Amino acid sequence: MTVLTVPMAETAVSVTRRTRVLRRLRRNPLAVVSFVVLALAAAVALLSPWLAPYSVDQTDFARTFAPPGTAGHLLGTDDLGRDVLSRIMLGARASLQVGLLAVATSLVVGVPLGLAAGYFRAWDAVISRFTDLLLAFPFLIMAVGLAAIRGASLGNAAVAIGIAQIPGVIRVVRSDTLRLKSLDFVAAAVVDGASDLWVLARHILPNATSVILVQATVAIPAAILGEAVLSFLGLGIQPPAPSLGTMLATAQQFAARAPWAAVLPGVVIMGLALAFNVFGDALRDALDPKGDRR
Amino acid sequence: MTTAPASTATTVLEMRDLSVSFPTETGTVSAVDGAALDLAAGEIVGMVGESGCGKSVTGMSIAGLLPGSARVTGSVRLNGTELVGARESALRRVRGREIAYIFQEPMTSLNPVLTVGRQIGEVLQVHERMSRRAAHARAVELLTLVGIPSATHRVGAYPHQLSGGMRQRVMIAMAVACGPKVLVADEPTTALDVTVQAGILQVLRDLRDRLGTSILIITHDLGVIADIADRVVVMYAGRVVERAPVTDLFARPYHHYTAGLLSASPKPGRHASTARLAEIPGLVPVLSTQPDACTFADRCPAADARCRESAPPLEVAGDGTDHLAACWHPCPPQPREANR
Amino acid sequence: MARYLLTRAWQSALTLLLSTIVVFVGVRALPGDPALALAGEDRSPEALEAIRRHYGLDQPLPVQFAQYVERVAQGDFGVSIRTGTPVSSMLTTALPVTVELSVLAIAIASLLGVGAGVLAAVRRGRPAEWFANALALIGLSVPHFWLGLLAILYLSVATGLFPASGFVPLLEDPVDNLHHIVLPAVILGTGLAAIIMRQTRSAMLDSLSSDYVRTAKAKGLRPRAVVTRHALRNSLIVVVTVVGLQLGGLISGAVVTEQIFGLPGFGKMTIDAVFQRDYPVIQAVVLLTATAYIVINFFVDLLYSVIDPRIRVTGNPA
Repeated sequence: MTVLTVPMAETAVSVTRRTRVLRRLRRNPLAVVSFVVLALAAAVALLSPWLAPYSVDQTDFARTFAPPGTAGHLLGTDDLGRDVLSRIMLGARASLQVGLLAVATSLVVGVPLGLAAGYFRAWDAVISRFTDLLLAFPFLIMAVGLAAIRGASLGNAAVAIGIAQIPGVIRVVRSDTLRLKSLDFVAAAVVDGASDLWVLARHILPNATSVILVQATVAIPAAILGEAVLSFLGLGIQPPAPSLGTMLATAQQFAARAPWAAVLPGVVIMGLALAFNVFGDALRDALDPKGDRR
Repeated sequence: MTTAPASTATTVLEMRDLSVSFPTETGTVSAVDGAALDLAAGEIVGMVGESGCGKSVTGMSIAGLLPGSARVTGSVRLNGTELVGARESALRRVRGREIAYIFQEPMTSLNPVLTVGRQIGEVLQVHERMSRRAAHARAVELLTLVGIPSATHRVGAYPHQLSGGMRQRVMIAMAVACGPKVLVADEPTTALDVTVQAGILQVLRDLRDRLGTSILIITHDLGVIADIADRVVVMYAGRVVERAPVTDLFARPYHHYTAGLLSASPKPGRHASTARLAEIPGLVPVLSTQPDACTFADRCPAADARCRESAPPLEVAGDGTDHLAACWHPCPPQPREANR
Repeated sequence: MARYLLTRAWQSALTLLLSTIVVFVGVRALPGDPALALAGEDRSPEALEAIRRHYGLDQPLPVQFAQYVERVAQGDFGVSIRTGTPVSSMLTTALPVTVELSVLAIAIASLLGVGAGVLAAVRRGRPAEWFANALALIGLSVPHFWLGLLAILYLSVATGLFPASGFVPLLEDPVDNLHHIVLPAVILGTGLAAIIMRQTRSAMLDSLSSDYVRTAKAKGLRPRAVVTRHALRNSLIVVVTVVGLQLGGLISGAVVTEQIFGLPGFGKMTIDAVFQRDYPVIQAVVLLTATAYIVINFFVDLLYSVIDPRIRVTGNPA
């Protein structure tokens, strides 16, 4: 029984499809909530240099390890008497920066390779070996190597994470390209004498944007978690620059004196990652033409 | 709109006033409305209609195979036992043993990771409490029965190693393993080559002759119906619109939809250049509720105000008691010649 | 089948060769004189000259590479700059810890993930599915090193139920060993469990709506048989692949987990080496991880072909 299936034109990213996706997103309360959380986080991150009540480097040795709720320091202070709220705001900003930078890295390399692997048979084997090679170096090992060669920094952490995410991008873009290539409208364009580049740019890439978008929304939280891990280990953002990961490392060091310090940065990391993951799920469901996966 | 059964003495399966609807994202969809049907022992009944007319849903609802969201009302009796609303455990004993199914896509309908022998044997292990070895041995016999050469070898094959026709024979072997009283074959030949089709239909006919199985064959292909069925049920938009012995129906359709179907399929002797195949304009409507009107009215050449105001009942048409149609303005005789 | 194995073996070998080249080139990209890096404490000109000769640093690059491969094949990864002990002997003490931790984590994650995934798919649209989905999303989003931190702070230190750090070899005292490693393994397994759960659920939903499951129901099988024999078996193909691909993430996770729980494994060795610029150790770690990943995924592919008969013949995953 095929009832109520509306045939969908895929020759262009149709307007009706976009409005349908948006309508589905608006109807999903989880999508709305996660989107609002992300929008707020982005606003705070952008404005944090002005929003933060203190400078992140402003130390106050008279008031170290002030507990949350202390007058003047809503979330308390750390081992050097720096304001935790300010550091969390800027730490979240750094997390988002790394997330975006990593995903941008993986897309810039992964999308063209994925398109090529899916479209040109001859390239597939070569790109597969390249993917295998990348997969053989887990992101932490990649970061270790990069840190050993170029030193630890926010940029190097983001690049290491981004490189590690390339295989995932190649995989989804490649399989979507293979799917699209087999569709009639692409075959028609080829028969009409369109060049390969034209077909890729005009027909395949626009239709693959939805899977790329979904891939990006699940890659960003992974990158945020990756940054936290690397900074926690000292392989990412270097003190005194604020990072949620290094805050947790400090908290571990002083766990006996200030056990609460280990809670908040972790909650913020989880909240960011959760919001991206929930939104990514909602987006994927909204884009699913079958539309029955909630 | 229930109608008396054509024959009562040897009736194996009795369907009365069966209705099925599904809740969907955009509201309820009514798939079947008041379908009635009888299946006598050893009889082959064909059910025809365009895709989306509710044939498959009707077939699936017989043994309660529709998803849990489906709302099914009415009655389906197997040798007098009510199946609609029966307990799941009771239905499980019926499925595969008393009522068996064959589906359209033999490739996807077989489990790709189990050998065909295992899949056939499974039915016997469940219903006949056979050991795995005995079931395996019986599977070889069944494969031979449905005409698979070197069955001892093929029993260990995986579905992807067999051709489409072979796979459908495996499906049939699986279906008849427990000697079911009723076999529901949902588009059993649609996915197959024409040459393979004839073989599959021959197997089904053989089984009826040898095992006395009643077969409900669901198809959109009138050629298949003409080839194998004893009686025909024509469905349109969830309703039975005509029911007749196969020769009567082909000789003299009463419902305009049936007439349309007949003139839309090629006939021997008619050449493409001399007579175009007629198509029925429009599509099968998707209905949220069943209206009190003829649902074919919008596509019917003979429709008038009455057709749109009240639904015609399924009544005896013509001289025979066996031929029923639901139409206010039945076709004149020999409509196919009139097409010329 | 044989052709499939041969192709996979050849591909794995090629990837292994490429990754060795990457590491070799990476070592040459290190800042400073590699001889200096390899020399350790003794940095006299004579010692450096000896090292250059020993490691063939005065030879052309291809020759150097050949010598490098030869040494590595013999298990000679050089000597730790920091401790002066051969890297290979450091590895033999560290690896068992990491292997045990990872194997335990995979076992826990598979059990939890497949179980919850099947449950969520079978109980579609009910509270159980919602609960499993929410748990998986959280498992996917929580930084597990933070979970480890909290576990130590609020579980080990506060209740004393588990030791906060340290390790006892398995052969020395199996019970004490398990006591030390079970909490890290659970923490390490959470992220993987979440991924496995989500893959299992979506694969199961696909299987459960497939034609062959409809056939299985039409045969009159019990729901349990339909789910396990028909739906799950097909879903496992997907799950096995996912576990193989997640191995890299697991290795990364193991490094962090060991660091937090003070387990003397491969991960701790790696982090220490980075901060001490112990290049021979880093090099060995990177090469070994890549090798492990490639070899294990080769075996995952073998397992794959055991579960899915289609691969045995066609040589391609369907």
